Amino acid sequence: MDSALIPKGVKRCSLPVFIAGLTPVVLVLLWGVYAMLLCWLKGLNQTNMNDSYGFALWIWADLAVIAIGGGAFFSGLLKYIFGKDELKNIINYAVLIGFICYSSALLILAIDVGQPLRSWFIFWHANVHSMLTEVAFCLSCYFAVLTIEYIPLILENRKLDEIPLIHNISHNMHGIMAVFAATGAFLSCFHQGSLGGVAGVLYGRPYVFREHILVWPWTFFLFTWSAAAFGPCFTILITKITEGITGKKLVKDNVISLLAKISGWMIFTYIIAKIIDTFYWATVTAPELGFVWSDFFTGDRSSVLFHGYWLLFAEIVLCGIIPGLILISKKHRENKTLLLTAVTLGTIGVCLNRWTMVMQPMAMPVMTFDSWNLYIPSWQEVATTILPVAYGIILIAISFRYLPIFPQEVELNPIKE
Amino acid sequence: MFWFSFEWVWDMGHIVFMGGLWYALGILGIGMSYVIIKSVKETFYEDSTGHGDNH
Amino acid sequence: MKKERIDKKFGMVIDLDACTGCGSCMVACMAENNVPFKKDETNKLDSITWMRVYKLTNKKPFPETEICYLPRPCMHCEGQHSGHSPCVSVCPATATDYDMDTGIVSQIYTRCFGCRYCMAACPYHARYFNWWDPVWPDGMEKSLSPNVSPRMRGIVEKCSFCFHRYQLALDKAYVKGRRELKEHEYQTSCTQACPSGAITFGDLNNPDHQVHRLVKPDNRHHGRPTAKNAFRLLERLGTNPKVYYLSSKEWVRRAGDNYLDNEETGKPLNLMKELQPEPH
Repeated sequence: MDSALIPKGVKRCSLPVFIAGLTPVVLVLLWGVYAMLLCWLKGLNQTNMNDSYGFALWIWADLAVIAIGGGAFFSGLLKYIFGKDELKNIINYAVLIGFICYSSALLILAIDVGQPLRSWFIFWHANVHSMLTEVAFCLSCYFAVLTIEYIPLILENRKLDEIPLIHNISHNMHGIMAVFAATGAFLSCFHQGSLGGVAGVLYGRPYVFREHILVWPWTFFLFTWSAAAFGPCFTILITKITEGITGKKLVKDNVISLLAKISGWMIFTYIIAKIIDTFYWATVTAPELGFVWSDFFTGDRSSVLFHGYWLLFAEIVLCGIIPGLILISKKHRENKTLLLTAVTLGTIGVCLNRWTMVMQPMAMPVMTFDSWNLYIPSWQEVATTILPVAYGIILIAISFRYLPIFPQEVELNPIKE
Repeated sequence: MFWFSFEWVWDMGHIVFMGGLWYALGILGIGMSYVIIKSVKETFYEDSTGHGDNH
Repeated sequence: MKKERIDKKFGMVIDLDACTGCGSCMVACMAENNVPFKKDETNKLDSITWMRVYKLTNKKPFPETEICYLPRPCMHCEGQHSGHSPCVSVCPATATDYDMDTGIVSQIYTRCFGCRYCMAACPYHARYFNWWDPVWPDGMEKSLSPNVSPRMRGIVEKCSFCFHRYQLALDKAYVKGRRELKEHEYQTSCTQACPSGAITFGDLNNPDHQVHRLVKPDNRHHGRPTAKNAFRLLERLGTNPKVYYLSSKEWVRRAGDNYLDNEETGKPLNLMKELQPEPH
């Protein structure tokens, strides 16, 4: 039915099967859209946030999707600036995943603010000293870059490509993509960092406050580094999931192995920096502010359950050191199970890091007579957080079906006549 | 964001921050304008596209 | 040109020995500033209290149990340099501002877009979000103050040190041909409502004002109190608040900040380092 739109040389399921497969995802999407409309029309009283938990699930989701979407900028940097040409076989997918992550982040932000119609104030009345302003500017600009990187992919659709103007636009965009990718890498470094700065500058919150280098706190550098390290893990993970669902090999092993190796070394070096940061924070920063390190992890019973030492162990050891060690070893990263384990742990690790940086400072009391707070998100918050996942699945499915996302697919999956 | 909004101050913070923003936007704007103009020229004012399909 | 006028630094001193925890300050504040309330106020985590009275205990068993009530308005922090308050420095849309002339941290309701970053930044929980549209019982709208704009859903609000009273007092003084206010002409509603006189308000930079005499702020060290029994909440974070507390009880003063076990109350190690004379 839609065979004219499907790229040449690849096989896709029939349209009814495709639609049937997507139906449950669309239903989840609609559920999320309903929750989103409730939040917009009735206000943020639809959430379980409160005056202590002003930043909650949504801000975590924002930070997490931007971190795992970091694969786009880092792969682009490696391909266009450092000349790792093999990555051209996965860059399209990295861009698509990045596009989904960043558009999701912007959508979640639009739901999260109390007066969405005033969102433009952040640009118009910008306070240039606020990390959130830096985030907003770089995020919007980088989303524009990702859109520019995604457009040629859409224009390469078989039918669209037959139109000469569109063919030429697509071709010429590819021609100067390195300029866009470099701009994207510049913007991305700053907004990944400034997201870290959002937490690190909070000198009233000893759990996240960090010492500064120039105008940026340590977390600025740690966030950029971790996004570059763990972003590719997510790109590999989604590629593997896509291969599993489609039952096809889409990217050659050497490409995955190269990305995994770079990611592994980035994770390994990041974890060393993170351990040094944690040590300094525990032994210098916290005592200077009147806290012993255990104050951050041992509150009442429920807080220990949600914010105890186990989080730190899970983040640094289980989802940091272990995936790092697996990925830097050639033997281990070429073992499919270990590779999958490592990229899954890595993705969870960076999400956990963002979780602790958003949730823990909100939960922890700073005044001695205040108490720990616990927050359970409302269904509206959960639905609107799942909404981008459903949107992502749909966009990936449509893009995979109609666009030449994987350049090696035809070679790896020849159609037997 | 603009020098005519009342909270604008000509200090280093604004110059560096907004300079970076306008620089990035400038590159994107000029880049896309170049692509569109070149493509329109190639499509409507030249006989052939002059390139193959090997992107 | 030399600036002739010294900037004002309005601040508050609350005597915790005198506070009975009656809550008059909270009520007066809500009435004065058109603070909205919910039908059901049982969940304190989302109700708006610009002035909130905390109950502190010394955590000792009976009969040694002692309690203390601690009223907490916005601290109007100055930060370590040029109005670098925790909240003002982070607001992305310049919707909250540090007024260099008065030291008051303002909130511009029509500019706030409700990102709540300032709330995440404030360690005192002095900032409140309007989770609902403000709704008053029938007829009560008529008793709202015309001097304070009600706030809409989706934005942050907080104590303004009754800034509208400052403006009104200035207007009156200008009519009388004066440029300066007398101490009693600008007082916050909580100060006036406190039946035990526990709250004192005035210009911390003015040695004639009671607040200055009570705490003797050391402006060379970010306004740190030098008077006996005076302290500020979370002093060592460097927020540099303009609300001071007085208490004769050591455990209350110690509850005002976080201390390591080996540190003396009022003398945390990091602040003591700052007080060392500079080497010549």
